Amino acid sequence: MTADQIRQVILDILERIAPDEDLTGLEDARPFREQMELDSMDFLDIVMELRKMYRIQIPEEDYSNLNTMAGTVAYLLPRLRDVAAV
Amino acid sequence: MRYDTVIIGAGMSGLSAGVRLAYYEKKVCILERHTTIGGLNSFYRLRKRNYDVGLHAITNYAEPGTKQGPLSKLLRQLRMTWEDFDLRPQLRSSIVFPDCKLYFTNQFSVFVDQVATAFPSQIDGFRRLVQRIADHDALSLDRQVLSARQVVSEYIHDPLLVDMIFCPLMFYGSATPRDMDFSQFVIMFKSIFHEGFGRPFEGIRLILKKLVRHFRSLGGDLKLRAGVREIRHTGGRATAVTLDDGTEIEADNILSSAGSAETMRMISPGSPPVKADPGDISFVESISVLDCAPADLGHRDTIVFYSDSPKLFYERPSEPVDLRSGIICSPNNFDYSEPLEDGRIRITALANPHYWMNLSDEQYVAEKDLWNDRIIQSAVKHIPEFRSHVVDTDVFTPKTIRRFTGHLNGCVYGAPEKFVNGQTPLSNLFLCGTDQGFLGIVGAMLSGITIANRHLLK
Repeated sequence: MTADQIRQVILDILERIAPDEDLTGLEDARPFREQMELDSMDFLDIVMELRKMYRIQIPEEDYSNLNTMAGTVAYLLPRLRDVAAV
Repeated sequence: MRYDTVIIGAGMSGLSAGVRLAYYEKKVCILERHTTIGGLNSFYRLRKRNYDVGLHAITNYAEPGTKQGPLSKLLRQLRMTWEDFDLRPQLRSSIVFPDCKLYFTNQFSVFVDQVATAFPSQIDGFRRLVQRIADHDALSLDRQVLSARQVVSEYIHDPLLVDMIFCPLMFYGSATPRDMDFSQFVIMFKSIFHEGFGRPFEGIRLILKKLVRHFRSLGGDLKLRAGVREIRHTGGRATAVTLDDGTEIEADNILSSAGSAETMRMISPGSPPVKADPGDISFVESISVLDCAPADLGHRDTIVFYSDSPKLFYERPSEPVDLRSGIICSPNNFDYSEPLEDGRIRITALANPHYWMNLSDEQYVAEKDLWNDRIIQSAVKHIPEFRSHVVDTDVFTPKTIRRFTGHLNGCVYGAPEKFVNGQTPLSNLFLCGTDQGFLGIVGAMLSGITIANRHLLK
């Protein structure tokens, strides 16, 4: 997957987790939590959705990479390089 | 057949946990002893009318689209929509004590104004208490137990106001007599006074049916008439469950919503009852069907919490039913777009479970009639006289509650001791539901979700 595809995957996941949020103005460099209501339960869902969709295991010590869209895409890019978008 | 997780009980908590697990592709099976789903919050049909077993109102009301709060969190976690629950807000509720009445709605400021008007000397303390409640992390799974009465008495010095605040919170969620854990108090205070009441037009069956359909569409299995007789275990780990008919089902994990004492019994069914206390706070409820809407008789309150004594007695009564206090709920008095099919008045009062469990069948029927009349007699002091409009009646007792929930003494709110982290002596057996400690319909659902997330999905 490309960075753009991964970004879209994350947007789709956020849309499922938080359907009442407007994600159109989401800034990639700012933490998700500053831009939307996202608690630890929701955050865990991002990790679990990725595991469900792409069988990717993200260890707890890596969670801090997922605070922003930019960080998430950068973290996932090498891990999902050989995976086709769903 | 081997499952990742077997869930005991198809009530709100078990179904919600099941949805979470099935959504994340776990092989999950929910086992329910009863012939229908819902547990305490089930539904039934009697003489061509639909009834909810226990539902008065769903607490934690929020406007559709709200991004914060338990209801929003719940819907997100279940991947369900506001339309799935179709919650309509209450009109207005009241707390009625001798010479004092406080109204509240889903706008918290209304309640604050009522307290300020009726108890001007207490309002500053009340506001500080509200701040303390806002600052308290009641959902921590590692919380300490603290007396709510002790905390509240630091802020409010008029015993009448203290008991008027406690009245709805205890009646709608205290498994312990007289006092409650402060975290429980905070949860109940927010869910009732801050957030308020709502109800689906179709009643609880709407939510239950949506939950089950969702669970099944995700691949989950649900078996009715499948009571668990025993949890088999070896070396501190559960391995399987044995059903009432002898069938054995293997599982890597077991999640039980059956109650703590009830679950411990399943671990060692042969041994004498373990010391876990199933509790003894239970209720009798009188349900009257009317030939008109309660509003036609001048009754527009959604729920009335009453006590005929300035001191609230929330404990197991020595009499079969405690007529000094109760709850009057009118399911008609929510903000629906069309009226319900018929008028309903539900009156709930504390009851002595041992009395009701030990009656002969003949006595049981006669006593239900007798106490139904007495309960209504005590309630019509607080709402308009409606008895000439009654076209049908149903009554439930602690015995009925035991039949639907399996809780030993018919305890609506479960055991006095809660197991908030969900853990048990077996490393892969967990508790959810009333004995885990999140109460109410939204609380029960969050209980299932939280325990599933913490122990079964990580």
